[in-house]
Parts: sequence; C-alpha cells; structure tokens
Amino acid sequence: MAKSLEVQKAFGWAAKDASGILSPFHFSRRENGDEDVSVKILYCGVCHTDLHSCRNEWGNAHYPLVPGHEIVGTVTKIGNNVKKFKVGDRVGVGVMVGSCMLCEYCNQDLENYCPKIVFTYNSIDKDGTITYGGYADMIVVNQRFVVHFPDSLPADAGAPLLCAGITVYSPMKYYGMTEPGKHLGVVGLGGLGHVAVKIAKAFGLKVTVISSSPGKESEAINRLGAHAFLVSSDPGKMKGAIGTMDYIIDTVSAAHSLVPLLSLLKANGKLITLGLPNKPLDLPIFPLVLGRKLVGGSNVGGTIETQEMLEFCAKHNITADVEVIRMDEINTAMDRLAKSDVKYRFVIDVGNSLYQQ
Amino acid sequence: MVAKLPEKEHPKQSFGWAARDQSGVLSPFKFSRRATGEKDVSFKVLYCGMCHSDIHMVKNEWGSSTYPLVPGHEIVGVVTEVGSKVEKFKVGDKVGVGCMVGSCHSCDNCTNNLENYCPQMILTYGAKYYDGTTTYGGYSDNMVADEHFIVRIPDNLPLDATAPLLCAGITVYSPLKYYGLDKPGLHVGVVGLGGLGHMAVKFAKAMGAKVTVISTSPNKQQEAIERLGADSFLVSRDQDQMQVAMGTMDGIIDTVSAMHPLLPLLGLLKSHGKLILVGAPEKPLELPAFPLLMGRKMVGGSCIGGMKETQEMVDFAAKHGITSDIEVIPIDYVNTAIERMLKADVRYRFVIDIGNTIK
Repeated sequence: MAKSLEVQKAFGWAAKDASGILSPFHFSRRENGDEDVSVKILYCGVCHTDLHSCRNEWGNAHYPLVPGHEIVGTVTKIGNNVKKFKVGDRVGVGVMVGSCMLCEYCNQDLENYCPKIVFTYNSIDKDGTITYGGYADMIVVNQRFVVHFPDSLPADAGAPLLCAGITVYSPMKYYGMTEPGKHLGVVGLGGLGHVAVKIAKAFGLKVTVISSSPGKESEAINRLGAHAFLVSSDPGKMKGAIGTMDYIIDTVSAAHSLVPLLSLLKANGKLITLGLPNKPLDLPIFPLVLGRKLVGGSNVGGTIETQEMLEFCAKHNITADVEVIRMDEINTAMDRLAKSDVKYRFVIDVGNSLYQQ
Repeated sequence: MVAKLPEKEHPKQSFGWAARDQSGVLSPFKFSRRATGEKDVSFKVLYCGMCHSDIHMVKNEWGSSTYPLVPGHEIVGVVTEVGSKVEKFKVGDKVGVGCMVGSCHSCDNCTNNLENYCPQMILTYGAKYYDGTTTYGGYSDNMVADEHFIVRIPDNLPLDATAPLLCAGITVYSPLKYYGLDKPGLHVGVVGLGGLGHMAVKFAKAMGAKVTVISTSPNKQQEAIERLGADSFLVSRDQDQMQVAMGTMDGIIDTVSAMHPLLPLLGLLKSHGKLILVGAPEKPLELPAFPLLMGRKMVGGSCIGGMKETQEMVDFAAKHGITSDIEVIPIDYVNTAIERMLKADVRYRFVIDIGNTIK
C-alpha cells in the first residue's frame, strides 16, 4: 500500500465546464516519491483528444480538467529508486501515467492495453485523485511512464510525437505495415495524418493521402512528400485507385463509411482505424471476405515502444509541423482546431508563457 | 453465329441437374465437357456436397447467375483419364475439386499459392472458362479440371463425408491458420452451427483450441458439446451468458451470413482478439470503433483457400480423422434438400450420392 504523500503546489490552465473554455487554475500534485520523476514542462502539444475531453464530448469529463498529453520538459527531481533519469535530462510524457504493472499486458510492455490504465489527465489515479495533464508548469510521473527525449529532436516540434507519433507508429509495426515499396493510403491530413505520412516515408513506403479537402494537395505532395493525393469526394479518382493499396491508416474521427476505403485495398490489405467517431462505422462484409481484408484498431503504444518510436524519429529527422502558441491563446487555438484550421498541431510554449496570477 | 447447344459445345457427354431460372428449381440437364487436355484430369463424380452458395447462385441472389446453371463445388470422385502432361495423378486415384478451376497463374496472389484471391480466378460453376465456355459444377456425372485445381483425397477418408471439406472445410481452416488461431491453448469462438460452423469446431479442436459455440438455438447445445466436442456453448440472445463470457476469447470464426450485430462479438474477445467473418451478409454491418481501438482488436474476412492450402487441409483432416457430418441424398431429393437448407434443417451438410443416382 503506497504511503500517502505530501502535496505540492502546481499551476496550469483547466476547463471548468462543458463549454471547454480554459482558464488559469491552481491545483496540487503529489510530492516526488521514490519511483517518481518531476518534470518542469517546456512544451505541450494540443491533441484533438484534449478538445473532445474539455468539451465533455465523450461524456466522461471531470472538471476542473487540465488536458495535455504530449509533454516535453526537463527533470527537476528524481526519486530514490530512479536510475534511468537524472536532473536536467530532457524527457517526454505521453498519454498514460499509470497501470497495474502486474497483468499480462503490462508484462509485455503493453501498458496501454492494461484494464487499469491511468491516463495522463481526467483519470482516477491509484490514490483516488484525478490526474492533471501537461497544460501546467510541472508534472510528477512514475518513472515507468517517462521517456528520454532525444537531444536531436526539437522539443516544440517533437512534443506531438508523444501521442500522434506513437498512435501511428504502433499499429504500423503491429499489423506489419512497414515493408518497403508497399503502398500506404493515409486518410485525413491532420495531426495524426501528417505524422503518418512522414513515418511511412521513413519506412520506405509509397504514400497516397486521401482527403476531402482538395486544398491540401499541394502541401501533401510538395511539403510532406506524399506520392499522390486522392480527393475522397471525387468518385472518378477514387475508382481509378481501386485495389491499389496494401495498407490504409484512417485518422478521420467524424462518422464515415468504410465502403470506399476498403475498395482501395488490394486483396489481403489492411485498414487501421485510429479515430473515435461517435457513431459506428459502416463495414461492408463482401469485400472483407472476398479479399481477405482486415480492419483493426490501435490505441497509442507502450512506453518501451514510445521510446523506440522517438529514436526512430530522431534517426529520420521526423517531427510534427507545429504552430507554437502562448498559453493564453489556447481557447482561440481550440476553436481553430475544431475547424481543422491548423497545419498540423498547436504546441503550447508552456515554459515561456505560463504565468502565475 | 448461333451459340452451340450445351450438349454440342464440347466432345464429352455429361449429364447433371441444373437450375433453368431464378426459381432455382433443379432438373435433369444434358450438356458436355471439354476433352481431357494435356494438363487436365477427368474423373467420375461419386459425391457432391450442397453448399449454401449453391442456393444463392441457383436463385441468382448475387445477380451474377446465367442459366442453365449446374451448381456444386464440393466434388469428389475417381480419376478416369489424365492428360499427357499430368504428373501428380493417375487413373483410379481418389480426387476432389472445390470452388475454383482456374486462375491467371502470374499475379502476386497466384505466385503465393493464393489463387482464391486472384482477380481472374475462375469459379467451378457459373463462370467463364479460358475458352469462353461456361463452367458447370459437380451436380453431374463427370468432371474435368486442370491438374492444378485437383486435390488428392487420402485413402483413409470416406469420400462422401470428405466432399464438404472442399468448400466448408477450407473456408474455416484457412482463416484459423492465417489469423494465428491455430495455436494450442487458445480460446476460439464459433458463431453459427451449420455447415461451416461444425467444421470450424472440429478443426479448432484438432488444433488444440478450447472451443465455445455461440448460437441463437439453445437446442444445438447438446450436439455441440457431446457430439462435436465443443467445450462450451453460449446462447447469443442470453444477455447474462454473454456478459459472463466477455473478454474471454482469442478469436472468433463467425459463419453467420444473416445481418447481425458485431458489438457483442467484439465484447467476447480479449484484447488483441480477432473476429473473422466467413459468412457474408449483403448489407454493411455497424462496426463500433471504440472496442476496436481500446482493445487493439481486429475484424477480418476470409474466402476459401489456395490450392496448396486446400491439399494441406485435406491431409490434416485425414491425419486427425476429421470429416463432415452429412446426410446423403439421391439427386432427385435435391430440391427438397434446398428447402430444408433454407430452414437450416440439416445436420450439417447434404451430400448428393451422384455415383449411384445420376445415370
């Protein structure tokens, strides 16, 4: 039984109700325990999940809610049992800060599938308190859930890798979607989609972006290096691409039909869906059966795999395309995010713009 | 140019039963088959299984049927003639033909022994062969097929109860292997206890799985457990039973082709579980994304198997003594059999005794 720890003051921005509007918020975190690492937060990415959570779109918000799970910072304190980190190290914290550490999933470094997973924010921690995320000055995390942040990666543009990066990297490995020369379709060019394009190219895949916005074509091809661009609402173009893709990563979180997407896959093709629409997807069975196709899900990745992903991105110079904002610009950013008006991730410069009142 | 009469199209006389129109009613039909080509194997058909696909096709439920249509793709018999370049078979061998009789032999799928996924795969009946003529299936006295699409039936397997392996058997064997559900100790669910389902139970048990049958019919429980060897039985309409079984299965083979909800089946899976569909409802099903993501679960399909794997499956069945549970019928019972199949009134496959009743 963990002994009850002292608390320390913390400061951040929180949503206070389902309007989702964030404002300054004083709260407390536990003191640094033997297994803990304290992190002064430098940057925190703004994930679409933060938006869903603040506005209680999934019906599970505990207010006040401090979001943020794409955290990069520096270590300020380590517990007595912490050997992997030292004060001053640059580290990252992603989507989870706790798990049971005993079950078959935890034992396979799949803490993200532990039935007792504790998310970085809006989750009930082992001591019964609510977890608060990275839109804050500091965070205290069990060492198991902290990753080294590679020196060669810029902290601001690298922060989104801690959720967006691992969210696309993990299923690409698990479902065997990394064979060089194969053809990947990426549906949706937002936070997840643009990172998927970059990681896929680093694996040597040919990438086609599939999007409902024709205006994104130039970006996709010229800046992100996609090989081709398909406007999903153009039936002629979609028809021409039938049976051409080995894999598809679907990042779209609005409700949509899988019928046209499955037709893009070759036989034995794999479609991974990463978005959480509020209605079920339409799954046509004939093409699944006749072509031995599969549709799979995935949810972030374990800590070890997150570390592996960061090393991979460092090696291949992969970062997110970011728009750095001040903490007090967060509400405007959330409104713009709701309209997909960002290329492609907001990142809060917490270190330089979070001022206590 | 006037199309040739079926009887005159080819040099070899054949006699079978065919559907003439969308009523799907079958009646005697004289037609012909090609002469045995240099790579062909000709055989006298002894038995042919009745697959539910035969019903879909005779009634044109998939919109692709042309008439007259001779169904049947679970065909077994004895070789009567082999072409000059045939290496693997000789007269007198016990052989079978399943769902396909041709493919392109050059695409990625064909090169990987996945002829069943070849875009130019030729179905055993109701399709156009390389020479442009219609293929006719196994509800007939003889059969000719390219050696590549012939399966050897080991001597220790009874021909009648082996016929259904050629479609039902491979249809469940292939996904058990491909999706990694063939490892001993796994817990595999089988939805639907019919032609496909009962074969799935037998194969999964032989592979060392613990098997739970999931069915809407409580009266199938005793059969499932005592005769087929399933370890447990879940009535899918019983919320309490389904609740208790949540998160217990590594994989599920879903053989049901009627519309049905996927959410409860996804709930039965453990994390990383796989729901494999081998029945094909016509309309899309609803796929809730949340359980897929939170448990890294997948939904996949599968369609028969390639020729190499079909032979492997038959050899596996011979080794483990696996055959289908059948009701043998004479050819003139076939229309009644179709009516009974539509009511799922068969345990679990009709097999037509062609050898003794088509003359």
